[in-house]
Order: sequence, then structure tokens, then C-alpha cells
Amino acid sequence: MDCLVCHEQTGTYRKFPSGAGYPAPYVEDPANPGTQKGVPFPGESKSYFAPDWSRVAQSVARPSRMNCGTCHFYGGGGDAVKHGDLDSTMGRPPKTLDVHMGTRESGGQDFTCVRCHTTHSHHIAGRIYETPAAAERKSLLQDDLGDKILCESCHGTEPHQSGGMSDKINDHTDTVSCQACHIPEFARAQSTKMWWDWSKAGQLMDGKEVVMGPDGKSVFDRKKGEFRWEKNVVPEYYWFDGTLDHVTVADPIDPTAEVWLNRPQGSADDPNSRIMPFKVHRAMAPYDKVNKVMVIPHLFPFNKDDDTAYWKGYDWNRAIEVGMEKAGQPYSGEYGFVETTYVFPTTHMVAPKNEALPCEACHSRQSRLAGITEVYMPGRDTFAMVDAAGWVGVTGAMVAVIIHGLMRFVSGLRRKEE
Amino acid sequence: MTHQPLVKIYLYSKFERFWHWVQSALIILLLVTGFEVHGSFAWLGFMAAVDLHNTIGLTWLILFVFIVFWLFVTGEYKQYIPTTRKLLEVVRYYASGIFRGEPHPVRKSRVAKHNPMQRLTYLGLTAVLLPVQMATGLLYWSYNDWPAWGLDGFLSLKVLALVHLIGGFAILIFLIVHVYMTTTGHTVTAHIAAMFSGWEEVPEGEEVEDWERMSERR
Ligand code: HEC
Ligand code: HEC
Ligand code: HEC
Ligand code: HEC
Ligand code: HEC
Ligand code: HEC
Ligand code: HEM
Repeated sequence: MDCLVCHEQTGTYRKFPSGAGYPAPYVEDPANPGTQKGVPFPGESKSYFAPDWSRVAQSVARPSRMNCGTCHFYGGGGDAVKHGDLDSTMGRPPKTLDVHMGTRESGGQDFTCVRCHTTHSHHIAGRIYETPAAAERKSLLQDDLGDKILCESCHGTEPHQSGGMSDKINDHTDTVSCQACHIPEFARAQSTKMWWDWSKAGQLMDGKEVVMGPDGKSVFDRKKGEFRWEKNVVPEYYWFDGTLDHVTVADPIDPTAEVWLNRPQGSADDPNSRIMPFKVHRAMAPYDKVNKVMVIPHLFPFNKDDDTAYWKGYDWNRAIEVGMEKAGQPYSGEYGFVETTYVFPTTHMVAPKNEALPCEACHSRQSRLAGITEVYMPGRDTFAMVDAAGWVGVTGAMVAVIIHGLMRFVSGLRRKEE
Repeated sequence: MTHQPLVKIYLYSKFERFWHWVQSALIILLLVTGFEVHGSFAWLGFMAAVDLHNTIGLTWLILFVFIVFWLFVTGEYKQYIPTTRKLLEVVRYYASGIFRGEPHPVRKSRVAKHNPMQRLTYLGLTAVLLPVQMATGLLYWSYNDWPAWGLDGFLSLKVLALVHLIGGFAILIFLIVHVYMTTTGHTVTAHIAAMFSGWEEVPEGEEVEDWERMSERR
């Protein structure tokens, strides 16, 4: 394990080239003794430098947001690629972006990640993959070494006490997650990747290998295909018990529908599930047409001459063959592209309380929760037949009394004339 | 209209007038906020509509307890005992006689405030429709306590909301017809004025038939 990623505070400790592996070795510049020459990475013009080890080593401290962010802000090979709620803007966010991690000057609490992700012998709380669902919504005071951290750990289940409709809001916390109301949108400071079309890789777009979008992020890359980035994204909502189910290369898929590479677990009947906001990243990804499984292509060349690597040879078939062989999986030799989804729970970027979702966001015909059909919600749900019959009845009554009134009026006039 | 001379009789006591007007204001507000909660239109905002609807609903429940108490203590509930006598005449009157300037077949009096058609409607309203609306409303309001009360096993919010909604429509339709019927007195505002002052003008010298009397009936 690399201790420094989490413990150094200079911010100069960089690995090359994609934040993994080892930092660049120290290579002296023959022209300027005492300074580094820098190590170029094959295929890139940029040079990488070795860190100043003594400064780095002396800076060791408790992990800051940036330490954890070294990996978590750049997951998937770039800033804001994976999580819509964890990106480099969370290094020093204003309170409007995150009430907890927001800087003191902006009125935030300046929490580090580990303030919530409590650790115990380097076991970081808040894992989603392996730990079972939180069976109890305990307070940290009751159990500060639990595997699950929740908003309730600090705030309890009835955090709304300011009168008015606070009771009604508290009534929701057994079905609606805190995040659902308190993170109205994610990627509020910079856009996050929402779509990745691998099937467009290997070609050129408008004759170019790389095309940049309006916000300076690539929307096309010959190596990777087409991307779509979005800012201020409204999440999708699913029942969630705190665990995700994953599809592996060994699991059969149904290519005629969207393939959910991971799926939130939970249901309306489960008292431990809540309606949770998710970033849903969609993609066109390669799969094995005959065996009906997702495939692992070999992307990164092993060496200079390795043109089985997709990023060198641009041949899907060979790249998949080698990739699957390395993974010890069979490959039929026929590939296609299938639409996949990958979900990320949205938990960070809690907005200030006055920006919490208004009731109408859920309780209206245009509800955000249109996909949550298991519960009845006033304002969103209606009974079309009853509504139709009701309004016909109401209109009928109006028309009847108007006609009756007119007839009284006319017959009255006629009687006066007589 | 009628050429008979009119006399004034005291029909509605103070409490009766008070509850009538308070109840009508509350019901109109419940209709407005209820249908906003239902999503039929947007005016106050969902939160304010829910808040008002619940507050008014509970206020009305308390008032209703007093109304029912008053009806029984004063014996006025007997005004609502249903009858079919002259019911057809009344129906025929509103369907045709009224256009020919005929007199109302059933006179209002202290001892018989409501004609047979009114008796049936008001009884249906006070004994069935409003209580159903109150019961479903109260259960709706206590939704989050169902598990604690052991009700979650057999009650469904969806079905409850459906009954409450149908009740809402029925009350709205009643209200439209009811308001219109108040204009059918000897002048358009006569009945409405009576509900404010307590005094109703009725044709002179008509006898109240025995079957209509309520206080003598045992
Ligand atoms: C994933 C990030 C991460 C990595 C990698 C990491 N640590 Fe830590 N370390 C932490 C966190 C979080 C804490 C707790 C800080 C706190 O309580 O504020 C911690 C605390 C410590 C402490 C303080 C004593 C304690 O247990 O609370 C020491 C000493 C330490 N780490 C040494 C190391 C060493 C040595 C390595 C390399 C083998 C290492 N760390 C790697 C995150 C990390
Ligand atoms: C206000 C408290 C809080 C802070 C501060 C916080 N987190 Fe979290 N984090 C949570 C909660 C709550 C969960 C959900 C845990 C669960 O469902 O078990 C979570 C989940 C996660 C997850 C896994 C779920 C996901 O979103 O994919 C990661 C990774 C994570 N946090 C990283 C971080 C990093 C990195 C930081 C610092 C930049 C950070 N967190 C700061 C509360 C916090
Ligand atoms: C060296 C890169 C790296 C650093 C630095 C790092 N993490 Fe992680 N972290 C990972 C990876 C990779 C995973 C997923 C691996 C797994 O699930 O076993 C992960 C998983 C997690 C999870 C669980 C996520 C989930 O979905 O279950 C949490 C929470 C988390 N990290 C918090 C932190 C915190 C807090 C820090 C800073 C103290 C930190 N990490 C620093 C790489 C890192
Ligand atoms: C480590 C404890 C801790 C955890 C975990 C935590 N909070 Fe907080 N939260 C705080 C503190 C401390 C404050 C600031 C005190 C205050 O303003 O009441 C705060 C403030 C807030 C506020 C008010 C912000 C404002 O506008 O002033 C909201 C909303 C909030 N938290 C929501 C959440 C949500 C949602 C989660 C779960 C993702 C969560 N909290 C998890 C400690 C925590
Ligand atoms: C149905 C939506 C909804 C849900 C669910 C919800 N909240 Fe809130 N929350 C709000 C609204 C709206 C406000 C602002 C109005 C208020 O303060 O009452 C708010 C305010 C807050 C505040 C600030 C309170 C204050 O008075 O300063 C905190 C802290 C908070 N919420 C935490 C949470 C936590 C923790 C959860 C999960 C247990 C949660 N909320 C669930 C809508 C919600
Ligand atoms: C994130 C979406 C969301 C928001 C925002 C939200 N609600 Fe709800 N609401 C729900 C869901 C889901 C249910 C169904 C709960 C159930 O069946 O247990 C519900 C149920 C209700 C109900 C019917 C059940 C009951 O508890 O009486 C009322 C009334 C209600 N909400 C009022 C409000 C009010 C008032 C607000 C604004 C302060 C609000 N809601 C904001 C999601 C939301
Ligand atoms: C004239 C009487 C009433 C009318 C016309 C009325 C009408 C309505 C309507 C149309 C709805 C929306 C239903 C839906 O779409 O789900 C509603 C909701 C509701 N009603 Fe009523 N209602 C009346 C009385 C009451 C009473 C006495 C109560 C008891 C307190 C009550 C409690 C509720 C509750 C709790 C809701 C759900 C929304 C909320 O919490 O406000 N109602 N009502």
C-alpha cells in the first residue's frame, strides 16, 4: 500500500501517467545538473517529474480532502469522470456546493473526508460493495465504529425541528433518503461524464483524433469514442438498501435491453431501503455476441510493439481476444456493442438547507419520482377514471343549475307580461 | 312569484347560523386546498396547501363534534328524519312548477325547516358523506402512525385516497347544487338572508301538516 497518497500534504506527489503505479523516477538533466529532465510517457508530449521526496515525507499528516481525492476525484481516468458528486472542485468547495466540506469563509464546516468516513485501523467506513445493508440507522454516539456511515449518524432520524411542516418532512425519512431531498442536483461546479460510446472509437470525428467540447472536456477521442458531459444533473431515483449488485464478465447478460452493470439493491417492502438519488452513467460497450457476456478489451499496450492493444492497433477483435485471455475468460470471436448503465449513489454535494427540494419536485404530475411506482403520493398520483367522472359531474351540475336558472328567469319574465 | 302575503318566522338559531357559515367556509377551504394537494391546480403551493388542509380539517372535526352534540341536545336532529311523503311533489315542483310560479308544495316552518328532498340530502350529507370524508381524512392524516397502530396490514393509502377523493367530488357537486337552490326562494337572496338573520319569510296562513312536525313526534 502506498502510504503517501493519503498522508502527504504538499500536493506534489503525482503518479504517472494516470494516477496509478509509481511516481516518475528521478532522471537528472545532463544540461542542468541538479534539476530533473523529466520522463515522458510514450505517446504523450508531457514530461513527468519525480517528487521532492524529503518535502513529501516531512509533510505527512492526517489525510486531507485532496489526499482522498487523488484517487476518488479522478476515478475512471479523469476529473469528474466517474462520480458526479466527487470531483476536484470538492478540494476547496464553497458552502453552496457542499455544506459539510465547504470552507469556513463560505460558512461551511470544512469537514475532511475522514470526518464522516471514520476509520478504525485503516478500515474506512462507508463501503458499499461488501458490507451488508445498514440494518439499523444508528447514531455515531451509539456506535462510532460501525461499517456504515449515514447522515443519520450525526443528524438522527428527525433532523427537522424548525416548526411549520417539519413534522411532515420528518415523516418522510423512513422512505425518502436525506440525500434525495438535500442533493437536488449533482455536478454543480463542473460537468461530469454521463455518456460514453465505445462503438465510435477507432474512427475520426470531423477528421480529428480528439474533439474538445465547450467546457474544455473532450467529447470525442479516437481511443475511447464519444462522450457527453453534463452539469447540474438531476439524479435518477431508486430504492436502495446501501448495497449494489454487480455484473461480472462471467455473468450472462440480455443484450436486447439496457444492461445494468451494477444495480441498486433494495425495495419498497424493505424497511431499511430508502429512495436514493443516483448518477446513472450510460455507455455503449463491447460484449460477446455469442456467449452473451460483457468483455474486457486489452487497451493499454504492454510494450512499444504490442499492437494487439486497442489503443495501438484499433482492432476490437484482437484487443478483446487478448483481454479475455488475460482474464481467463472464453471469447467467441464475435463482438457487438450494447447499451450499459452504471450507477453511482449521490451522497456528497449536500446543498444548503434553503435549496432542499421543494415538495412539488416530487408531489406533482411532473414528479422526479415518476419511476417510483410502489408508493402512493398525493399530487403525483391520480385515478384517471375518478378524475374524469368527477369533473364531468361537477361540470354537469354547473350546466344544470345554469339552465334551471335561465328557465326560471325566462318563465318569470313571461309571467310578468301576462 | 307568489301573491300571498308573507310572514316572518324565526327559523335558525344563533348557533345554527354560526355553525352553518363556519362549516361552509371550512368546507370551501378544504375543497380548494384538497384539490390543490390532489394536483388539480397550483395556487398556494403544495406545502401551504397540505398545511392548511390539515389544520382546517382538524378544526372542522372539532366543530363537527359540537354540531352533532347540539343536534342531539336540542332534538333538532329530528329535522333530518327522512320521509318520502310529498317527496315526489317537491321533485315535480323543482322540475316544472317553479317555472309556472306555483307555490312550494311544502312550507317551511319552525317545526319543519326542511322539505322532504332537503331532509334526504342533508341526512345523506351529515350522516354519510361528511363522516366518510372525516374518517378517511383522519386516517390519511395519521398515515405515519399506521404501523404503530397495527393498521398497515389492511389499509392502503391508495384506496384511502381514492375514497377521500370521491368524497371530495361529491361534496363539490353538492355545494354547487346547494348554493343554487338557495336562490329559489321568493326572491333570489331570500334564503341566504335568512341564514344570516335567522328569520325566514314564508307565505301566511298555511298550516303545517301533522306528518311534518318534528317536536311532537316521538
Ligand atoms: C486510503 C488512505 C490511506 C492510506 C493509503 C494510508 N493511510 Fe494512514 N491513515 C488514513 C486515515 C483516514 C487515518 C485516520 C486519520 C484520522 O483519524 O484523522 C490514518 C491514520 C494513520 C496513522 C495514525 C494512527 C492511526 O492508526 O490512527 C498512521 C501512523 C498512519 N495512518 C500510517 C500509515 C502508513 C504507514 C501507511 C502506509 C502503509 C498509511 N498510513 C496508508 C488513511 C490512509
Ligand atoms: C458529510 C459526511 C461525508 C463527507 C464529508 C464525505 N463523505 Fe463520502 N460518504 C458519506 C456517506 C453518508 C456515504 C454513503 C455510505 C453508505 O451508503 O454506506 C458516503 C459514501 C462515499 C463513497 C462510496 C459511495 C459513492 O459515492 O460512490 C465514497 C467513494 C466516498 N464517500 C468518498 C468520499 C471522499 C473522497 C470524501 C472527501 C472528499 C468524502 N467521501 C466525504 C458521507 C460523507
Ligand atoms: C490510492 C488511491 C486511493 C486513495 C488515496 C483513497 N482511496 Fe478510497 N478507494 C480507492 C479504491 C480503488 C476503492 C475501491 C476499491 C474497493 O472497493 O475495494 C476505494 C474505496 C473507498 C470507499 C468505499 C467505496 C465503495 O463504493 O464501497 C470509501 C468510502 C473510500 N474509498 C474512502 C476514502 C477516503 C476517505 C480516503 C482518504 C482518507 C480514500 N478513500 C483514499 C482508492 C483510494
Ligand atoms: C460527521 C457528522 C455529519 C454527518 C455524517 C452529516 N452531517 Fe450534515 N451537518 C453536520 C454539521 C456539524 C452541520 C452544521 C451544523 C448545523 O448547521 O446545524 C451539518 C449541517 C447540515 C445541513 C444544514 C446546512 C445548512 O444549510 O446550514 C444539512 C442540510 C445537512 N447537514 C445534511 C446532511 C446530509 C444529507 C447528510 C448525509 C449525506 C449529512 N448531513 C451528514 C454534521 C454531519
Ligand atoms: C422530504 C424532503 C426531505 C428529506 C427526506 C429530508 N430533508 Fe432535511 N430538510 C428539508 C427541507 C425542505 C429543509 C429546510 C426547511 C427546514 O429547515 O425545515 C431541510 C432542512 C434540514 C436541515 C437544517 C435544519 C435546520 O433547522 O437548520 C438539516 C440538518 C437536514 N434537513 C438534515 C436532513 C437529514 C439528516 C435527513 C435524513 C434523515 C433529511 N434532512 C431528510 C427536506 C428534507
Ligand atoms: C424527494 C421527493 C419528495 C419530496 C421533496 C417530498 N415528498 Fe412527500 N412523499 C414522498 C414519497 C416517496 C411519499 C410516499 C411515502 C410513503 O408512502 O411512505 C410521500 C408522501 C407524502 C404524503 C402522504 C403521506 C403522509 O405522510 O401523509 C404527504 C402528505 C407528503 N408527502 C407531503 C409532503 C410535503 C408537505 C413536502 C414538502 C415539505 C413533501 N412531501 C416533499 C416524496 C417526497
Ligand atoms: C370537505 C371536506 C374535505 C374535502 C373536500 C377534502 C378533499 C381532499 C382532497 C381532494 C385531497 C387530495 C387527495 C389525493 O389526491 O390524494 C385531500 C387530501 C387530504 N385530506 Fe382532505 N378533504 C376534506 C376533509 C378532510 C378532513 C376533515 C381531514 C382530516 C384532517 C382531511 C385530511 C386530508 C389529508 C391528511 C390529505 C392528504 C394531504 C395532506 O396531508 O394534507 N381532509 N383532501
